[in-house]
Amino acid sequence: MDLIDFPSMSRGDLRGLRMAIDSGFRDFTRAYGETLENIFHPIQVLLVFIENLLIDTPWVIVMAALAALVWLLSRSWKIVLGSVISLCLIGYFGMWDDTMSTIAMVAVCTLIAVVLGIPIGILMARSDRANALITPILDMMQTMPSFVYLIPVVMIFGLGKVPGVIAVVIYAIPPIIRLTNLGIRQVPADVLEAAEAFGSSGGQKLRDVQLPLALPTIMAGVNQTIMMSLAMVVVASMIGVKGLGQPVLQAINNQYFTLGVMNGLAIVAIAIIFDRSTQAYGKRLQKHLEAVHG
Amino acid sequence: MADAIHDIEIRNLYKIFGPDGASLVDKVKNGMSKEEIKSRYQHVVGLNDVNLTIPAGQIQVVMGLSGSGKSTLIRHINRLIEPTAGSVMFDGKDIVQMSQTELRNFRREKTAMVFQKFALFPHRTVLENTTYGLDIRKLPGKEAEERARRWISRVGLDGFEDSYPNQLSGGMQQRVGLARALTNDAEILLMDEAFSALDPLIRTDMQSVLLDLQAELKKTIIFITHDLDEALNLGDRIAILRDGEIIQQGTGEQIVLRPANDYISSFLRDVRRGHVITVRTIMRKGERSDTPVTLPHTTLLEEAARAMTNENTNRANITDAKGNHVGSVTLAKTVAEMIAPDDTEEVSLEEAVA
Repeated sequence: MDLIDFPSMSRGDLRGLRMAIDSGFRDFTRAYGETLENIFHPIQVLLVFIENLLIDTPWVIVMAALAALVWLLSRSWKIVLGSVISLCLIGYFGMWDDTMSTIAMVAVCTLIAVVLGIPIGILMARSDRANALITPILDMMQTMPSFVYLIPVVMIFGLGKVPGVIAVVIYAIPPIIRLTNLGIRQVPADVLEAAEAFGSSGGQKLRDVQLPLALPTIMAGVNQTIMMSLAMVVVASMIGVKGLGQPVLQAINNQYFTLGVMNGLAIVAIAIIFDRSTQAYGKRLQKHLEAVHG
Repeated sequence: MADAIHDIEIRNLYKIFGPDGASLVDKVKNGMSKEEIKSRYQHVVGLNDVNLTIPAGQIQVVMGLSGSGKSTLIRHINRLIEPTAGSVMFDGKDIVQMSQTELRNFRREKTAMVFQKFALFPHRTVLENTTYGLDIRKLPGKEAEERARRWISRVGLDGFEDSYPNQLSGGMQQRVGLARALTNDAEILLMDEAFSALDPLIRTDMQSVLLDLQAELKKTIIFITHDLDEALNLGDRIAILRDGEIIQQGTGEQIVLRPANDYISSFLRDVRRGHVITVRTIMRKGERSDTPVTLPHTTLLEEAARAMTNENTNRANITDAKGNHVGSVTLAKTVAEMIAPDDTEEVSLEEAVA
């Protein structure tokens, strides 16, 4: 027996297997592609709506609204000021429209990730079986190279915004699920017992005790999800998502150093704005834990 | 105010921890020891044939060292722990047999609990913690708040309504725990080592807060403790638990005067007997002395001795609740009873036998 080469399938068999799966999937795409596209159409509508709203509204109003949002989250003038300055620089260097597209994209992806992720996280926290089942799927989502799952997504949806959103959500949803699960599981047992002793139902325990106490952790998950969606904009631009990723991609292809750096820095700037605002918000939620009796 | 009129009757209660506890109940009933269950079946006997009647409107102390099963026992009264066998009767219903909905309503309306580690909700203010029991019963916010404020004030936390638990000291946190439980206005108050985490001065302080409240509320209180002084100070009745079994129950005085076994005697060695025993138990019935001192029969020995020495006499007459003469005591007898019975005599006897 040959111990140097691993005994593998014959080339012909392997090709046969691959072709069988591929053609099966192609048939599936042909049969259901349109139905799936219709199901996901509302995402496209929402994304286009937010994008147009951000681009068509006068920039002063958009800037004021973003500044107000940052203030509401962070309650810190420093962060608001930093945000306004970075947005001004972005606009001055001609990246306003692309930035707005990216913000719209991140907003929609984060929204979808939160709406899907928190209930899944709650489910995992309440059922050890669900936890055991979903954890490996999350591991796969986080480690599988994103280009690999782009292939079937593009096969079904073609190029465009919707496959971009799906790819980004797959990449960005694990942290919100994991941290919701973790946050709920970390609620101290004695506090839960107290809720139980006073006759709370399962729903009341979740709403009044578990979710509020898990909220700072869940916010950390939201923060991570936003950061990961931003990290995906360049990859998503390869399948036709507009925004700051496209000029970066163009710069890579043509070796335009300055273009690449400028758009890259714009991504960094909005990442920092989002990160500082959501982190400051998460910290404010933990106020009650800070004031320790002295 | 919900008057406590129903006794709690615990009958043949067994708790065997482990995946297959139910199948071992018969073995425990037939006398298999805790150690044998542990080594042969890897199950832990938590409670072993507990029978206890907790009288309505009184403080029942359950005392034991750690691992004796006292915290397990109190959790059977609101079924935070499912028993392996037995029943807990209250107002004609068996708590053990209740459906989930019945149990939830029972917990909401009939019980309230105070915890050793306070178990306050860290994200809720003192006021919001206190209204918790009423919130989950969906009482109108205004009424809940009114009732909560009253109890916050009663436990002496005026002005701290909007503080968070972390901003308060341990003693204050447990006052919040007490206010939270009292606001529920339930017949049964479960107190699981409620004062054990507090330092000694604050602990005595909280004990008097509880006694003052109880004088007026007359709730059925189950109080768990490992501290004998606390048990004697608070308990109308005391049950002593060891290895999941009740080894003696009665009033503090009964236990101090007649400890059921050496284990309990060893506990009692450092007790201030004069602070527990009343003159009623040591008086000579019917005897009348020529003395200026007359004491009611519930007088503690310490107080009686003080009264006699103050009057420079060595005898006192004793009257019952109606003021009728029932007997008398001597100073010598009073002081002798205050000192722990000397066990050197027994030892020397044993030596003599050996």
